[in-house]
Parts: sequence; structure tokens; C-alpha cells
Amino acid sequence: MADFEPIIVAFVCNWCTFTAADLAGTSRLSYPPNVRLIRVMCSGMVDPKYVIKAFLEGADAVLIGGCWPGDCHYINGNLKARRRVALLKEILRRFGFEEDRLWLKWIAASEGNLFAETIKEMVEKVKALGPSPVKTKLVA
Amino acid sequence: MVDYTRMEGKDGGALGGLRSFLTTLMEKGVVDAVMVPMRLPYKRVIMQTLVRDPAKLEGVDPMAPVVPTNSAKFAAQLTHDETGRGLALVMRPCEIRPFVELVKLKQGRLEELLIIGLDCLGRYENADFLALDAANPSFTLDFYRSIRDGKGTARDGTDLAEACKACEHPVAEGADICICLIGEDIDKGLTLQGVTPKGKEALSKAGMDEAQRPDGREQALQALLRERASFRDAWLKDMRDQTRDLEGLMDVLGNCINCYNCRVACPVCYCRECVFVTDTFQHDSEQYFRWAEKRGMLKLPTDTIFYHLTRMQHMSTLCVGCGQCTSVCPSHIPVSQLFRSVAEGSQRLFHYEPGRDVKEPIPLGVFYEKEFEEVAGGK
Repeated sequence: MADFEPIIVAFVCNWCTFTAADLAGTSRLSYPPNVRLIRVMCSGMVDPKYVIKAFLEGADAVLIGGCWPGDCHYINGNLKARRRVALLKEILRRFGFEEDRLWLKWIAASEGNLFAETIKEMVEKVKALGPSPVKTKLVA
Repeated sequence: MVDYTRMEGKDGGALGGLRSFLTTLMEKGVVDAVMVPMRLPYKRVIMQTLVRDPAKLEGVDPMAPVVPTNSAKFAAQLTHDETGRGLALVMRPCEIRPFVELVKLKQGRLEELLIIGLDCLGRYENADFLALDAANPSFTLDFYRSIRDGKGTARDGTDLAEACKACEHPVAEGADICICLIGEDIDKGLTLQGVTPKGKEALSKAGMDEAQRPDGREQALQALLRERASFRDAWLKDMRDQTRDLEGLMDVLGNCINCYNCRVACPVCYCRECVFVTDTFQHDSEQYFRWAEKRGMLKLPTDTIFYHLTRMQHMSTLCVGCGQCTSVCPSHIPVSQLFRSVAEGSQRLFHYEPGRDVKEPIPLGVFYEKEFEEVAGGK
């Protein structure tokens, strides 16, 4: 699967991870173009349904990017996101869905380089995993 | 304060004792109303009934091995705002536990309530119960006799709902008064136990005589728990083995017709309006063609696995394993077996047991600074 280009759907919070992506751009850092950014006001508003839907629509991986604990613009939205992701991972794992396809990552507004690094690392990992079984196997 | 009291009586006379106890509770003003399973004239069906007039308690029959629908939602309807009325609820453990969860979700209240919990030896599916009960006028008594005599619960090619055979909560832990049936001889009578101070007080206000703690209950309970745990472990393992990957999951859910009965029957499916019936899922016609184009074909109805995965995320931490979802599935999907096998992991993740303690917050209602740190590590 050398020519497999994964599709990554990234839900990024307005205040930190989106700003980091913006910084990566204005700093002319390059990262693979496999990621589709969806800007949300807070990682805490990423309904697990969005993530499930992204996978069912053919995303090979999903990233949720939020502020570091203590930095959330809404005090604690990121901590709520973390509980929900912990549960979603538990449920997906139960059906043999690879955990490496769902990432939750804290990336601060100043961490443009971390954003670019995260996308690079994620694309590499997902390339190694291959296309999502939802796409290749499931008739849904 | 009365700890234990006896209802004596041959040939189901104990049921008469139970009826007169509920009548006394109302007549003496301990409670103003009772919610209790009652035999109704139509089809001799047993349904939860709200009784305000003690003269109407004739058909009381909480012991019949059937739960037409989980009454946790009725309890929430009766208590979610203040009425100033004292209410006694006669419920099974699988109805009390989800009610406790609904109370945590502010959909019901425990104040002014007297919960009378029944030792539960299981229920038959509704249609099976109606057939068995129609064929044998003393079916309920024979059911308890058969368990007493070690002859099991299988009848005429049918048996208890699988969820009941796998249930490790036959005793109503959250109840004020317990109707003790485990290890009892139904032909001799049954025992009521005042569990909480409120329950003991209600027994004493109703003028019940103090009796001995029933012998043999603990031993019979331990044997029952062992039997159920061994069924449960094999049952859940079987489902885990069937659904090791998403294809296996689709195999189990393959004949789902998106009727959403499982959600309606679920006592802890707490959303006032389910997103799956909102406009969000009224897709444009064009959308279906785009989906079909992507994979060459599209199963209709759509969004089946989406619905079930979302429901798992919403309620698996609160699932009490009552089995009503399986009972109402027109496609005979083992919904309860599947959801309990998921709930096992979800509840372990948060060290949570639904219905255990009303003070214990629901897992997705709280969060802490120091927890699940590995989850936000990236992968």
C-alpha cells in the first residue's frame, strides 16, 4: 500500500490547536496535506457522534486537538473531551478498531511546530496501519 | 421499627398478605398511593398500575414472573416534580437501579418515596408469559414451587429471558422494604424485610408483627448468584467472540431495521429527544446518491451502526442489563447481550456500577484534572 494516502479528520479548538495550525502556516512549516481541519470552539464540544460519523464516512484517522489542561478558554472543556474520548476508545477497541486511529492531543496556540510534527507522525502511523477497515470491509 | 415480618398463607395466601399490607399502608396514611404490578381484566395481563384507592388493590400481583416494560421511566414520571404525595413503588431490582440513574439525571426524585423491592427470580418474555399463564391458572405459584424443588425455570420449550439468567442483582439493594422470595417456600408464605430506617418505620406504622430473619435465604442467594455468574460469563464471552471486529458487529446487527424499539424500551436512554429522530437524520435525497456512489451501494435504512455505536457511547456506562432491548427487538437481535458486553468495559473504565448509590455521579457528568492522562498522549 505504498500509494495509500490516509484521510485524517481533525477537530481543532479555536483557541489553541487551530491557532497552532495557523501559526504552522504563517511560519511556513510544511506538513502532509492529508488532514481536513474542522474548526470548533472547544474540544469539549466535539460530540463523540462527530467522531463516529467521520470514521463511518471513511476517515482513516481522527484527531481532536485542544488546549493543555488549565489553559482551556472555557475552563474545563478539554477535560470533558478527555473523558468522552477515553470512553469512545474503550468502545471502539472492543470491536477491534485500532486505537491509533483516534488521537486526542493538547497543542497550544504557540506550538505551531508541534502541530506540524503531530500531523507528520499521525500520517506515518496511519500509513503503517493501512486504510480503515470501515472503508475496506464494511457494508453499512 | 420492624426488621422482619411474615406473610403466612397456603396456596398463594402470601399474596393476600402482601395485598393487605399495601392496603394498610394506604389506609393508615403511610403512603397516599402505590405503584404496583396488577393483574388487569384484559388478556389477564400484568401491568404496573398507580393505585389511589385501597379498595382497588385486589389484582395486586408483583410476583408473576413478567415485566411487561421497565417501570423506571414510570417512577420518573410520577416523581419528577413535587406532588406532596407519599408514594410506594413496588419494583424489581432491574427497575430500581435505572430509576436511581434517572434520579441522578434529575428526571426523577427519591423524596417522599417508599421503595418496595422484590427478590427477582427472573421473568419470561411477555408473549411466553401470556401463553404459560393462560395454560395454567396457578402458573406463578408453580414457578416458585419449581425453583424451590430445584426443577428450574424451563417450561414448554421456553425459559426465562437470557438477561435474567445472566443477572447478578436478584436482590433489590436500593429498596426500603424487601419482599424476600429467595430461599422461601411460597406454600408457607414469604417475609418482608425492613431494610432502611424508612422501611422499618413503614412496617411498624402498618402494625406488622416482628418475625425471625428467614433461614436459608443467604445460602440460596449465594447458589443463585453462582449460577447466574457462570451463565453471564459464558454469555458475554460468546458475544465478545462474535464481535471481535466491526464485521462481526455488523453480523450481529445485520438485520436491524432501525425501528429504535431498543431505545424506547431502555430505561436509561435518558435523552428527552433522541437525535436519531430529529431533522439531523432527514438527509437530502442527493445525499443518499452520494453515499451510494462512494461504495457502489448503500444499505437502507442507513445509519444503523452509527445509531448503535452512539447509543453505546450514551448509555453503556448506565446499562443495568434489564434485557428489555432484546425483548422488544422485532428482528431478534441479542441487543442486551451485545450492550452488556460493551457496558462491562465502559463501567470498568470508570469503576462505576449503575444503581449502586444515588450519590455516585454518572461518569459523563463529571471530570477530574488528574485522570486518563495517557488518553491525551496523542494516539
